[in-house]
Amino acid sequence: MTISQTRNIGLPLMNLLKLKGFSILLQLQLEEQLLRTSSENWCILNDGTSDPTVVMGVSGKPAELLEIESVVLDQVPVIRRFTGGGTVLVDDGTIFVTFICSKDAIPGLQPYPRPIMSWSSLLYNKVFQGIGDFHLRENDYVFGERKFGGNAQSIIRSRWIHHTSFLWDYKVGNMSYLKLPKRAPEYRLSRGHLDFICRMKDYMTRSNFIERTVEATGFYFSVRSVDLEAIETPSNIKFCPSSRLLAKQELEAAARAL
Amino acid sequence: MASRLMWASRAASYLRISVFHRGFSSVVKDLKYADSHEWVKIDGNSATIGITDHAQDHLGDVVYVELPEVGASVTQGGGFGAVESVKATSDIYSPVSGKVVEVNEELSNSPGLVNSSPYDNGWIIKVEVSDAGEIKNLMDADQYSNFCDEEDSKH
Repeated sequence: MTISQTRNIGLPLMNLLKLKGFSILLQLQLEEQLLRTSSENWCILNDGTSDPTVVMGVSGKPAELLEIESVVLDQVPVIRRFTGGGTVLVDDGTIFVTFICSKDAIPGLQPYPRPIMSWSSLLYNKVFQGIGDFHLRENDYVFGERKFGGNAQSIIRSRWIHHTSFLWDYKVGNMSYLKLPKRAPEYRLSRGHLDFICRMKDYMTRSNFIERTVEATGFYFSVRSVDLEAIETPSNIKFCPSSRLLAKQELEAAARAL
Repeated sequence: MASRLMWASRAASYLRISVFHRGFSSVVKDLKYADSHEWVKIDGNSATIGITDHAQDHLGDVVYVELPEVGASVTQGGGFGAVESVKATSDIYSPVSGKVVEVNEELSNSPGLVNSSPYDNGWIIKVEVSDAGEIKNLMDADQYSNFCDEEDSKH
């Protein structure tokens, strides 16, 4: 038996689903389904999403967070997701990494926001070891003072999800769809988007990041790859995802109400 | 922690109940508790429900509370809403079964009441209880206090 095989004994199983260019709306709906109806652990890696899309957290108010006129004019889709947190503009330059775990999957980890966030930073410390000045700053992943990864979570009775959108690259023009949020981390110091964020592509290739993330996951779990087609919704469970696309009329009504 | 002790004592004095402190989180004596960290105050067939000091402390600053509709049914152990604390949504579960008769509208403008006053002004819903017998499934203050100690010591 090899050393890595020996180390895997006793580690909880993690299903790894690797996607590329997958719709972020479908990804979010799949994630919520797996959180609420599965009892297994899942890691979802989506390398880019096809269309530029705004994704708000569960309590996001479009009129406060978005330049609605531009969003509507340019027909940018706006999604409200089921997890907490802020607003992001995602596209083919975004890499998504999601962990969905049962509460006992990580020994000694309390299923609350801050412990989960801290655990995630341990995993990503391994990913970014020797690459840039990586750390968890408040609830963001940063190189130095600049954010390149945003996090959100949802915690239910016996399971939790922690998902991240990584800015491997971004288009400067797309940032103009987002207003400066009222609720911002202290370290942001009122910086505009372009002074606050940085690109992961300046530090590593996409494939290197994905490879290192899978390897770091293997430190905590026994990882096995699965195909999307193999994931079934249990027929005896009724499930309706809450992540949804906001209608144009909703966005326009929100803008009028401001 | 000193301010937490002070508000707990004030709340206790107002509610005319005794409070004891289990280390870092407060527990209120005459309430019942669920293992998902919600409390319930029973008054006849009326129940007031919120989340405990232990829960609010572990969740962090609450920025949004997702409330159910008045008239919605709740079941013991079933989810009825969620709280958002910075980056996380956390489901909240009803300790009793029944019908929602009132929701705390104050939480829409002041979600932080859940943190500053979890057992008083931070109440979340009021329920007309359909099965008083279910209350025996809940923990009293001592049991809940021990439950929290055990949970925290495992981590």
